Amino acid sequence: MMLSIEGLSCSYGTAAIIEDLHLEVNAGEVLSVLGRNGMGKTTMVSAIAGIRPPEVRRGSITFADRELTTMASFEVARLGIGLVPQGRHVFGSLTVVENLNVTARPPTSGAEPWTLERVFDFFPRLAERSTSFARNLSGGEQQMLAIGRALMTNPSLLLMDEPSEGLAPIVLGAIRDRLLEIKGRDLSILLVEQNLGLALSLADRIAIMGAHGQIVWTGTPDELRRDEEAKKNHLGV
Amino acid sequence: MTDIGAEAEFDPMETFAAESRAKRNKTLALSSIPFAVLIWWILTQMSLEAFFSQILNGLSFGAVLFFLASGFTLIFGLMRITNLAHGGFYLVGGYLGITTVRATGSFWLAILVSALSIMVLGLFTERVLLRPIRGLAQPEVLLTIGLTFILGDLALAVWGGDPMPIPKPSWLNGALRVGDFAYPRYRLFVIACAILMGVFLFWIEKKTRWGAMVRAGVDDREMVAALGVNIKAVFTGAFMFGAFLAGFAGVIGGAFLTLLPGQDFEILLFALAVVIIGGLGSLKGAMLGVVIVGLIDSFGKALVPELSFFTLFAPMAIILMVRPQGLLGKLS
Repeated sequence: MMLSIEGLSCSYGTAAIIEDLHLEVNAGEVLSVLGRNGMGKTTMVSAIAGIRPPEVRRGSITFADRELTTMASFEVARLGIGLVPQGRHVFGSLTVVENLNVTARPPTSGAEPWTLERVFDFFPRLAERSTSFARNLSGGEQQMLAIGRALMTNPSLLLMDEPSEGLAPIVLGAIRDRLLEIKGRDLSILLVEQNLGLALSLADRIAIMGAHGQIVWTGTPDELRRDEEAKKNHLGV
Repeated sequence: MTDIGAEAEFDPMETFAAESRAKRNKTLALSSIPFAVLIWWILTQMSLEAFFSQILNGLSFGAVLFFLASGFTLIFGLMRITNLAHGGFYLVGGYLGITTVRATGSFWLAILVSALSIMVLGLFTERVLLRPIRGLAQPEVLLTIGLTFILGDLALAVWGGDPMPIPKPSWLNGALRVGDFAYPRYRLFVIACAILMGVFLFWIEKKTRWGAMVRAGVDDREMVAALGVNIKAVFTGAFMFGAFLAGFAGVIGGAFLTLLPGQDFEILLFALAVVIIGGLGSLKGAMLGVVIVGLIDSFGKALVPELSFFTLFAPMAIILMVRPQGLLGKLS
């Protein structure tokens, strides 16, 4: 097991967002956390990555046997968690190449390392735009750049928050196809999404987050496809 | 796969950028008319030699300001800290330079000792004094201005209140002659130093990983940290580097501007004018700002000495009205 969240309760100020969350990501798997807006998905991502972290009241988050809740965000990243944040947050005044290189790190494990060439093979569109400033990229290109930038830190877990947001279906489909290629090989993915289609096609396992960050349903994509009740009750589709 | 992202073929951002470039060129062309009139008027007031002397005076003062303003703007751009202690760093750096020259006789050693000492002072300021109040703009401003008062008083206690020149190496004394035109060598040396430093800083900013990290930090500090960069260490490094430059400026500038109590605030005011006119957080803006402020100050003092602050701060106010972010600054 790679990432383990046990009995996590956290809050911003007096507002409790997540109460008693349990979640595990196994090595090499793609786990998708689905849920409607305001259930605490992004709060969970913040708690893991340590960016604007909520106050953790109880529970723990461990990754590779290390406790994350007391760590600074850069230490979390160095353990091997690559963040693709909601809203992409590429460095607008840096070029594509600079975005990819500026936070790049060699791998800690024996996995095939991600280099500039490999990222450009993976997303040829980025190679074409290599000298453009990131602020001038389209939404889809920025999303590829955010993923490429996270891969360049050679993570063992890719933490993605709403990568589908604001993307045209054709662009999203292409990004999904690329992610399908790398999943499993030395890389686990925790995909936090509202987009049911992306989760169904990419995930090995799906967890649905309900009110107060509690996991109300877990199963495989096939099980979720058949479970009309779960989709209706928890996702409103 | 190759189709993906094809919607960017027509890039509205590029069109927008081209339009704003055209608009800026037009504005520049229009504003050059009163500028030409101004130069013509100045030339009716003084000889050509005096005109060139004033230009070099302005540029050499601007050169000293550049060392201060580039560090100031780096610290602000990255950390959003308005480091008003920069003037104090300059003054104490200059005084330490005097003491070092007196003890060792070496001007170059004085530059090194001052710059390194002020760098350590910068480390202390950032780590011990500023870190507990990170992100609180008002306490940061009050603390750094208070630090300038403390440094100024300490300097007064240690070095006294008499104006002090810093002895220069003998080959930099005297004037360089070109035909009938003579100009102090030392001031030319200061201009050359600033140009070299400007090129060096520009190279760091654009071509090195450190520079990219700083620019990324200016864009999005949290994201840089979330991708594994110890951004607090980058902050400390930038703050120390800014302090290093201020100490450097104290010796370089003190050798022709003369050190005396109160200079800390005066030079701070000019450095603030530079970064406000050029655009806070922009290195190019600081380069442009020092030329503008240096020239306005030099010609203002020569032509209308009784209005020398007005001639500097009135254009600054106008620039701020037209471009609140400064000439090359970005709107946050």
